[in-house]
Amino acid sequence: MRMGSTVLGALAFAALAAIAPLLPPWLISLATIAFANALVVLGLIILWRTGLVPFGQALFYAIGAYAVALIGRYTPIRDVFFVVFVGAVAAGIVAYLIGFLLARYREIFFAMLSLAMSMILYGILVKTETLGSTDGFHVEAGSFLGWRPQGGTRNLAIFWLVLAYCAIAAWLVAYYFRSVAGSLTHPIRDNEIRVEFLGVSVDRLIHLKLVVSGVLAGIGGALAALAVQHVDPAMSYWTTSGGFVFVTILAGAGSVAAAFVGSLLFELVRSIAVTLVPGEWQMILGTALLLTILFLPEGLGSLVSRLRQRWRRGTAP
Amino acid sequence: MNANTSPILAVRDLEKTFGSVVAARDISVSVPAQQTVGIIGANGAGKTTFVNMITGHLAPSKGSILFEGRDITGLPSRAITRLGISRSFQVAQVFPTMTVIENMRIASAIARGRDSMLGLMSTPLDTPETAREADAALELFQIARYRDARAATLPQGVRKLLDIAMAVAGAPRLLLLDEPTSGISIEEKFGLMEVVMSALKTRRITVLFVEHDMDIVGRFADRVLAFYDGTVIADETPEAVLANPQVQTLISGTRAHGAGAAHA
Ligand SMILES: Nc1ncnc2c1ncn2[C@@H]1O[C@H](COP(=O)(O)OP(=O)(O)O)[C@@H](O)[C@H]1O
Ligand SMILES: [Mg+2]
Repeated sequence: MRMGSTVLGALAFAALAAIAPLLPPWLISLATIAFANALVVLGLIILWRTGLVPFGQALFYAIGAYAVALIGRYTPIRDVFFVVFVGAVAAGIVAYLIGFLLARYREIFFAMLSLAMSMILYGILVKTETLGSTDGFHVEAGSFLGWRPQGGTRNLAIFWLVLAYCAIAAWLVAYYFRSVAGSLTHPIRDNEIRVEFLGVSVDRLIHLKLVVSGVLAGIGGALAALAVQHVDPAMSYWTTSGGFVFVTILAGAGSVAAAFVGSLLFELVRSIAVTLVPGEWQMILGTALLLTILFLPEGLGSLVSRLRQRWRRGTAP
Repeated sequence: MNANTSPILAVRDLEKTFGSVVAARDISVSVPAQQTVGIIGANGAGKTTFVNMITGHLAPSKGSILFEGRDITGLPSRAITRLGISRSFQVAQVFPTMTVIENMRIASAIARGRDSMLGLMSTPLDTPETAREADAALELFQIARYRDARAATLPQGVRKLLDIAMAVAGAPRLLLLDEPTSGISIEEKFGLMEVVMSALKTRRITVLFVEHDMDIVGRFADRVLAFYDGTVIADETPEAVLANPQVQTLISGTRAHGAGAAHA
């Protein structure tokens, strides 16, 4: 079963990478952003399972993105693996630092404090003229271990890069979900005292989850910056954070795969809605969210488990 | 350094104040390994405060606590748990939305990985060993037939047993039970204590238990600490404590108090 889902996941990523050259460029661009954002959603799921909803996860997304942009601006380094690494580390350090405060809070206080942190960064970015203020600034094109693809090839290369990070992250997060740390979700929601008296510090564990989710968001932001070649303060704005929460509700916290499918679906629906009804696309997304909460409260991922259950019942003697 | 003669727990001049309230004072007790100690005293006498200080739930205002010769005074509860002291609670502390076996499995799995965050991340929850260990624990505490029931739906006695079984999962050498029989009917109390004590004997765990019912204390304890007004007024065998005139006058309501003692 476990081996099964690992192999299935690896096959899915490999198949996507293989068919990418055949897909239309608009779809590649859309999927690139969708999967970069799926990494943020994966981090959100980690916290969500423990009962924590960060309304300011865009903070780490923007840190990852601006780290990449700043390296391009002030250094000659262009290697994508290096700049994404720096973006991840920068987001991780910020998550570690604010974690000392955030990890002590739960529920709405956690959500609001996380939101507050992201709005502070937004304020700083908007006020900083050298970083382009509200306009943001251009991100230098990356090189892949010396290779500098151009045009359509470059877009493909970035997509493959995103897929590679997603595949590794999906595998690691799936491993984490099966670990004791990853299983300390309901127990923390149910009874922190019992967890403490089993020998585990709940605050430190939440701190850890926060850093992991921050690193994932940082990687997502770094990849998004490379893909669109532009950063601006909106990446840290609360509507960006809200989008990640939206996708998490849509996908559900039940599985790793749901983050990717949910994120892709979200970008598709949004792009179709924007094309069809430019003025009212938010209404369409809102309706989609409402329907999800009403009919699939555990998200799209629960469709799969429901079908699986039905199939099992159907084949039972 | 002879492990047989040095006490497993040595408490000296322990004191705890909450503002002007003195909840514990001048407590000095030494417990040899394998001894079973009963703790009696009326409501508000300081029994829970004493247990809370030893298990790190409260930091003492004064005094010292040595566990196996090591100073643990003021350490956080999780550190003390990892060193080998576990506890159960007056109000059972389990994970209500999870089933009994899920509760037990997570307790067993945590015991394997709890030494570091890395350990928690690299130890899988579901392994054949933790599954076997969890099932064995349910058998030992005789709650295996509730295996798949949600903890929230359990009868009080079963929930108490689960709480204790989870506390024992980390293989503690010292266990403190705060009123294991509170909220349990008189008829069930003996049976429950019988199960708990024989399980702990098999695991060779030293036990301190808080209990209002003198019949139960007399049946299971080797030694009794009588608490009054935050301090120990008698420390002797159950028979001697029962005959102690000071205990009789100061804690005369001991038996009758049993039912009304449900606060944490
Ligand atoms: N957290 C606290 N804050 C203030 N007073 C407390 C606190 N915990 C206990 N006390 C007081 O300390 C005394 C001892 O309480 P406790 O140890 O719970 O007694 P017991 O368990 O013997 O019934 C009581 O007077 C109680 O009101
Ligand atoms: Mg008490």
